[in-house]
Amino acid sequence: MAYTVERKPLTLLERIYIPQILAGMRVTLKHLFAPNVTMQYPEERPAIPSGYRGVPTLVMDPHGREKCVSCQLCEFVCPPKAIRITPGEIPPDAPTGHVEKAPKAFDIDMLRCIYCGLCQEVCPEEAIFLQNQYSMTGYTRAEMVNDKARLYELGGTLPDQHFKWDKKKAAAEHGNAH
Amino acid sequence: MTAVFTFWAGLHPLIQGLIKGLAVIGVMFPIGGACSLVERKVSAWMQGRPGPNRALPPWLAWVPGIGLLQRLGLFHLMADGIKMFLKEDSLPGHVNKFYFLLAPVVGMIPALTTVTVVPFGAYFDSAGQMVPLVLANLDVGILAVFAVGSLGVYSLILAGWASNSKYPFLGGIRASAQLISYELAMTLSVVPVFLMINAPGGTGTLSLTDVVRFQSGTSGLHGTWFIMTMPLSAVVFLVSLFAETNRLPFDMAEGEADLVGGFHTEYGSMKWGLFFVAEYSHMLIGSGVFTLLFLGGWNPLPWVPLQTVIGWLAHLSPLLAHPLAVGLISIGIFMGKVLFFMFVFMWVRWTVPRFRYDQVMKLGWQKLLPLAIGNLIFYAIVIAVLQK
Ligand code: SF4
Ligand code: SF4
Repeated sequence: MAYTVERKPLTLLERIYIPQILAGMRVTLKHLFAPNVTMQYPEERPAIPSGYRGVPTLVMDPHGREKCVSCQLCEFVCPPKAIRITPGEIPPDAPTGHVEKAPKAFDIDMLRCIYCGLCQEVCPEEAIFLQNQYSMTGYTRAEMVNDKARLYELGGTLPDQHFKWDKKKAAAEHGNAH
Repeated sequence: MTAVFTFWAGLHPLIQGLIKGLAVIGVMFPIGGACSLVERKVSAWMQGRPGPNRALPPWLAWVPGIGLLQRLGLFHLMADGIKMFLKEDSLPGHVNKFYFLLAPVVGMIPALTTVTVVPFGAYFDSAGQMVPLVLANLDVGILAVFAVGSLGVYSLILAGWASNSKYPFLGGIRASAQLISYELAMTLSVVPVFLMINAPGGTGTLSLTDVVRFQSGTSGLHGTWFIMTMPLSAVVFLVSLFAETNRLPFDMAEGEADLVGGFHTEYGSMKWGLFFVAEYSHMLIGSGVFTLLFLGGWNPLPWVPLQTVIGWLAHLSPLLAHPLAVGLISIGIFMGKVLFFMFVFMWVRWTVPRFRYDQVMKLGWQKLLPLAIGNLIFYAIVIAVLQK
């Protein structure tokens, strides 16, 4: 719907500018003595609120098992195709052999990532999280690609509520199908 | 001490003038440079930022208390200067080289010439007469300032034209139009002041020193500053001064928003720096002239002229009544006022947004000029009645 803004003609005081300018100068003078609102960045760091979407990272469960099972869902969902996964098998005699698969290589190209958080949302294993780190720098393009080791280093360990694969293993040992 | 004085008096006047001139330049340049830093700091504080506060030469880091200078950004000033001198001095291929190189120099000449006729202090000789401290005490003082000062616009036009590209050209055109239109209002606004000090029958003068002398009385009209008796003149003069010095809200010639950098778009390194030194010198001289005309020059307060204050100080210590001390005190008072006005320039810059070009023109021709003419007629009548 058309909306007309009513423009009042300027009063004489407004037209001679001076009182308006003086009022403006009062405001700027007040700001001259007001405390700064900026942060001295490298020394002072901003407090990161919970739920912040920083650099995507891979995490381990409290037992030190890598949670990613290289299902590649995140690779498929990633809008800018920043993720490259090479799936690999876990040998059956390893302690976590019942999980069957883990990524052999896992690269996230941070020059492509748009920090959308879809990978975290889609992951069925709660293995990938966008955590607190917000500053990624490098001198070359290669440096800006986080490989698997770096992703686990950034991600660390997060608490786990389910221990899904331990339960599965226990169930299998008891003869249950699931 | 006396040996120094006799040695000084024995020098050839030409050499004396040279030394005095170099001393004035030696004071003006650092102030101009410092103003660029103060500008950055003031703008930062007004915007709630700390401003430049990082640069510090590592070999000075051990000096105690240097952190304060660092936070005040003092070393940024030096870093800027060094950068300006050492940067590649590129010369675009499409410019008219001779005029392109000439323009910044032409900009500096009027800035440094007008300063010669601006008195910046005074002392009293043994007869109690006021002797101004000025490089050349011309009797045409204010005319010389206007005549030479307005030559500065040639540098902008030359720069804009010689750059041979669109934005500088537009900047140059705007500069010429704007400076010419505000010149009129500016000149007309100071005429009442000179009508006032030139009583009929006396010898006529246009000297800035005489304006201050007129404001140095202790009672009645003579003690008032002209800003009190002629506020409208002062306002018109100040507004025109903003336009003449190309400062916001009138910096049409630069106009980063629409003209990239205006007339100096194609300039870099020290050639660009010269334009800025010239701009700050113009501001300094403009503030100086405003102080002399309307703010009583080196008199500390209305009705309390320098001479009275020196009389009081002489009771404290006769040393303070020595011409040298008096000169320094008067220069101090004058510089204080001028620097305050430099601050006002910055203050206004960070308060008022830029006018549109047509608004600038309208303000100049349709508002300020009639105002200045009306003001002149009014004061001409009042002064004719007063001095009859
Ligand atoms: S991080 Fe999650 S979604 Fe991506 S491959 Fe691993 S398990 Fe699948
Ligand atoms: S945050 Fe988005 S863009 Fe970045 S890796 Fe995850 S899915 Fe891809």
